Parts: sequence; C-alpha cells; structure tokens
Amino acid sequence: MAEVSLAGITISYWGPDGSEYPAVRDIDLHVPAGRFVSVVGPTGCGKSTLLNAAAGLLTPTSGEVRIDGVPLRGLNERAGYLFQQDGLLPWKTVLDNVALGLQLRGVPLAERTESAGEWIRRVGLAGFERSYPHQLSGGMRRRTSVAQTWIVDPDILLMDEPFGALDVQTRQIMENELLALWTGTGKSVLFVTHDLDEAIALSDEVVLLSAGPASRVVGHYPVDLPRPRDLLSIRTQPAFTETYTRIWSDLRTEVMTSYERSTAHPTGH
Amino acid sequence: MSVQPRTQPDTEPAAPRRRSSRRPLLVRLVQLVLAVVLLGAWELGAATGVVDPFFFSRPSAIVGQVGAWVVDGGIFRHLWVTLVEAMLALLIGSVAGLGVGFLLARVRVLAEVLDPYIKVANSLPRVVLAPIFLLWFGLGIWSKVAFGFTLVFFIVFFNTYQGIREVNQVLVDNTRMLGAKEGQLLRHVFLPSALSWIFSSLHVSVGFAIVGAVVGEYLGASEGIGFLISQAEGVFDTTAVFAGMVVLSVVVLLIDVVVHRGERYLLRWRPTGRADTGAN
Repeated sequence: MAEVSLAGITISYWGPDGSEYPAVRDIDLHVPAGRFVSVVGPTGCGKSTLLNAAAGLLTPTSGEVRIDGVPLRGLNERAGYLFQQDGLLPWKTVLDNVALGLQLRGVPLAERTESAGEWIRRVGLAGFERSYPHQLSGGMRRRTSVAQTWIVDPDILLMDEPFGALDVQTRQIMENELLALWTGTGKSVLFVTHDLDEAIALSDEVVLLSAGPASRVVGHYPVDLPRPRDLLSIRTQPAFTETYTRIWSDLRTEVMTSYERSTAHPTGH
Repeated sequence: MSVQPRTQPDTEPAAPRRRSSRRPLLVRLVQLVLAVVLLGAWELGAATGVVDPFFFSRPSAIVGQVGAWVVDGGIFRHLWVTLVEAMLALLIGSVAGLGVGFLLARVRVLAEVLDPYIKVANSLPRVVLAPIFLLWFGLGIWSKVAFGFTLVFFIVFFNTYQGIREVNQVLVDNTRMLGAKEGQLLRHVFLPSALSWIFSSLHVSVGFAIVGAVVGEYLGASEGIGFLISQAEGVFDTTAVFAGMVVLSVVVLLIDVVVHRGERYLLRWRPTGRADTGAN
C-alpha cells in the first residue's frame, strides 16, 4: 500500500529561444492508499506530464512528489507505468516481454517463466507465449503490457490513456478486466484519460484539469458508485449519469477554451 | 515505409499472388537465356576473331582455368588467405564500430566534439590508405585486415549510432520503469535495436571486408586471390584474371546467401521478416 501526493507541482518546458512554456501550474493531487483516482482534461492539458512526474521520469520545475510522505528522488521504484504508446520490446516474445521485469530483478529463469505464463493466462493470452508483438492485435498488445506491468507487483499504478487506441468494445472489456484485476489488490492507481465516461466508471475520484497551457486543477469530484462495478451496465445507472452531468458542465467549459485556443493559434502546441 | 508494399500480398486477395507465383519461373528462364546468349556471343566472337582472346579471353578457357585450379588445389590456399583477412576485418571492424557507436550515441558531448573528425575520416577515399598500411603492417595479412577494417568500421559505426539514437523513448522509459539499470538498458533495449540495424547492413559490410582484402592483396602480397589476379595481370594472362574474378564472385554470392539466411533468422521479430517468410 502506498499513497501518492503531488504537492504544488509546476512543470515548465523551455522553447529553443529560451521562452518558458508552463505545462501545468500548482497542481495539488492526492491518491490515498488503495484508491483509484483519474485525471481528466482537454487535449494538451499536461496530463501525461503529471504522470511522468509521478513516475520520476521528469523532475518538476517546482513542487514535490511524495510517496507515503517521502519526497521522490529519481525514478519511482514502487510504481508501474502503463504508457499510452506501445512499450513492448519488439525483439522479445510475449513471454519474454512479460517476464522482463522479473528478469531485471534477477529472478531465475524457471521461476520467472512460470510466473509470466500464469500472468499470460490471466490476461487471456494463453497460446501466444511465443508470438512477437507485431503478430498481435492492438488489444492483445495491451493485455501483454498489462501483464508486464503487473507481474512485478507495484504498489502504485500509473496509467496514461492505456486503452485510448482501442476500439470501443475492446476498450470496455479491457476496462472491466482491469477493474477485476485491481479489486482487492490495495494498489493505488493514478489514471489519466480524456474520456470522462471511462474516468467515472473506473474511479473513486475524478480530478479535472483546466485547458493548457499552465493547467491547474479545476475541481475534485468524488464518485460514489458501489464496488464491485460491472462496467458493461454501469453507464445506465442514475448515480453514474448524475456524476457525469456534474463534471461534464465544468469539463465542457475547459474543452471549449482548449478548442478556441487551438483554433486561434493553429501552429501552437 | 517498406512495410506497406511487402504486406500487400497478405491483405489483398488472390489476383496479385497468383501472378507472382508464376512470374519467378519466367524470370529465371529469361535470366538463363540471357546468360547463354551473352556467353555464347563471347565464345563465338573469340572463335571467329571478332573479339581478341588476348585481351578478353574466352568463357571456355576461363572455365578450364577455374577447373584446373580446383583440381590442382592451389586456389584453396589463396582463397583461404583472402577469407581469413576479410573475416578478421569484419570481426574487428564490427566490434570497434559497435563500441565506438555505442559510446558516441550515449555520450552526446563526445559525439559533438568528434563529429568533424569522423566526417573527415569517412570522406577520405579508403584506397589511398592501402600503401601506407603496407608500410606500417608489412606484406602479410595485417595490412589487408587494417584496410578492410577502415571500410567495415564506418558502416557498423554509423548503423550502431543511428540504431541507438533512433530507439523509441517509450521503450527506454518502459524498461526503466520495470527496473532496468543503465547496463540492463544496454543489453535489453539499445543493443538489440543497434543489432537490427547492423544485421540489415551486414551483407554490405561483408562485401566491403572482401573488397578490402582483395584490393590490399592486389597492391602487395604473396598470397590471396587479389595476389593471384595481380600476378596473372603481370604476365598478360587475361584468362587467369577472369578466372580469379569468377572464383571471387561465386564465393561472395555464397557468403551472401548465408548472411541473408542468418539475417532473416535473427530479425524474425520484425514485421517485414514475417512478410518475407510468408511469400517464400
């Protein structure tokens, strides 16, 4: 169990001419131990930047990432990261990709092969152990990534629009499976998406970011839907629609702002 | 890029595939006819005096010469020397190219400092180095190895450098998040990525290694195929010159087939590799 806090995080990028481009400004965000928190916002609001800071891949310009109250230095070793793009090594088979985290930790071959085989079965890829990533569909590659991230049993899971590239049906199935995997594990999840629907269905809390640049937190919205949830039917429940309506009125404003900015500066970021 | 047209036969229905299965046979036939016509014309020209056999020899004489060498067995000693030189140049050049490529790709400052020197060294026509290598390393195999090295090194170096610089950042980040330290990143991410570039340039490297050995021998040696050709040229034995060329071509072709097989096996994880095996 681990809790993640982003305290007063500001992250700036510098243009080639030395000008400062603030991606996010003064972000306060808290993922209590064992909870599922989603970050939602319009395109280009610095959601991925925030995740990279929580992963320790990026050092914030100011502010601090704290894990169980301890400031993060360097890479966040307690976190697993499911990237938006495909992170599978194309020259390794499904089995070797899934076993990679264990291999890096020096787990003996027999042991890690057995463990990876079990995870491959759990994500429904039995029979594809010897396949290479390019031979799999997008959904199957995602399943492999999920197994690869979970096999090392991280306390914290960071996910960056993990199902964004999938078709709607596959996506809902994967979301459902993700929840089933997560339930009862006590892992803290920080989930980034631009899909409000997905965010509400999965999370305990939705954090809304404003349109970029210099995004800030617009609001924190608790989601009071009972668990375990069945995602294939949850979207029709009154509590779901209520929450959706409440957050959407705020999100719509940010989306419109973002859209106006992007059309006003077509060559912008 | 090259993926698109190659996967075409997989996605499109029967029509293009049927044509492509009949075409190779036709191509082979035309190739054979062309060889017969060209060699026949050459032979006939030499027999009738249209082509002067002193300068151009004739196919039958060349085949005879190659046959005599093979029966006599002397050719194998020369061939062996040339191949040893080429393989040493390939090995040393590859290892050095890999090492330096790695270093410069990971240490940006070094790459920036050395950039003009690398450009100068690479722009130098390598043949002018052969005489100086003869002086430095003598008439034995090492002057040829050194010469082949300068050719192979730059190919492997540039491919390694490119291979490491072009690695997708997500792969690096993902592997780091899974717990990889710098050395493990090298082994699991950078090396395989660089190797895929090096393997796809391997037949070029092999060709250059042999060019290095032969040219080196040609300029000064006491054995090897290049030496044989240079000897024959010295006594105006055009038949032996052509025979030497034939032997070299056949050997290089054989090596190329082996390299191609190896490359296809080692790069089997690539989408294009899969399309290849599907078509054959």
